[in-house]
Amino acid sequence: MTATVSEEKAGSRGDLPPVPDGAVTVTLKILRFNAEVDSEPRWESFNVPALPTDRVLNLLHYVKWYVDGTLTFRRSCAHGICGSDAMQINGVNRLGCKVLVKDLMSGGGKPTTITVAPIKGLPVHKDLLVDMEPFMEAFKAVKPFLITYGNEPTRERIQSAHDRERFDDTTKCILCACCTTSCPVFWNEGSYFGPAAIVNAHRFIFDSRDEGAEERLDILNDAEGVWRCRTTFNCTDACPRGIQVTKAIQEVKRALLFRR
Amino acid sequence: MTDSAMATEQVVARGSRSNGTLYRGDPGMWSWVAHRITGVLTFFFLFAHVLDTALVRVSPNAYDQVIETYKSPIVNLLEVGLVGAVLYHALNGIRVMLVDFWAKGPKYQKPMLWTLLVVWVLVMVPGAYFMMVRTVSEMFGGS
Ligand code: SF4
Ligand code: SF4
Ligand code: FES
Repeated sequence: MTATVSEEKAGSRGDLPPVPDGAVTVTLKILRFNAEVDSEPRWESFNVPALPTDRVLNLLHYVKWYVDGTLTFRRSCAHGICGSDAMQINGVNRLGCKVLVKDLMSGGGKPTTITVAPIKGLPVHKDLLVDMEPFMEAFKAVKPFLITYGNEPTRERIQSAHDRERFDDTTKCILCACCTTSCPVFWNEGSYFGPAAIVNAHRFIFDSRDEGAEERLDILNDAEGVWRCRTTFNCTDACPRGIQVTKAIQEVKRALLFRR
Repeated sequence: MTDSAMATEQVVARGSRSNGTLYRGDPGMWSWVAHRITGVLTFFFLFAHVLDTALVRVSPNAYDQVIETYKSPIVNLLEVGLVGAVLYHALNGIRVMLVDFWAKGPKYQKPMLWTLLVVWVLVMVPGAYFMMVRTVSEMFGGS
């Protein structure tokens, strides 16, 4: 890689920033892939000064801004809202902007290594950047919008607090793909709709104002639909919004079995 | 589109999807992996069992010979393994059904998993003892 030293500097901001008080050096081990030079993904380690209150995203910024500007990843809000920085951190799917370094520190003053890899099951374009298109296709396929028939009401569609509560959990989804790319079924068969699509179908299936439940249930009754789920709970564990994903899937399964 | 761009696309296709990292899944994932393994083991046992039992119709003599070979200590150990596999598969099967059909199932999936493992150990420890005691005493005790 000696020939690309100058290229690696590209986009970096130059001098390293001062190391803040209380910072410890952690090893950030990143699974990198650049289709133009690599035939396989490869691990690369960086020593990064980190505060316990830093988030993993801060460490990635440090590398990108001061060490190697070619490091590629997505992020936008940096506050757990936009859902763009799902990644595999120490072997589990998390948002880089929500995981604190102090929760990853190894105890007893031992050196800390934090591994970061792209989420699994989607094609990698570069480093942590994956192609989200298959994920979004599955999302669109369940018709995640209000479907109604008959005349348009002259005022807003009223819903009781109780009816709203029914699907409250699944309204929280930010489409980060942590869940779908933690699913062993999805890794093996990318054609599975995946938990995120089912969560978003659930959000409308159980909405008292919506009239498209039957259509969506038909879609999810498909061979690639809810019956693929093996209740491994990886998705529930991975969801940064705390959505009870497997529970939602199971509710859709039961709606298919008993509601019609 | 140059050649290198085409090569790039091929590489993306190859380096895609599974990146070879080990996912530290929920205990539920490992329970599912174990469920698969015990299921496949049980299937192969049933397969072999159908074959050896079918043998009795072909030749009772050959059947007796085959059954005689089952009396070795190694087969005895395999039997214990088989009971363990079937027991796990059955208990976890109940757990999965509860997860699917009992509204509170997903909430209690982990307690249910720990419970089934405890039950498994409680059954398997004495079970293995009673299954092995004859083989062991025949091998070492001489009675
Ligand atoms: S519970 Fe179902 S959808 Fe969620 S990770 Fe497991 S198999 Fe996939
Ligand atoms: S259900 Fe949770 S993990 Fe899945 S896409 Fe939505 S917010 Fe992300
Ligand atoms: S950057 Fe927006 S969710 Fe992490």
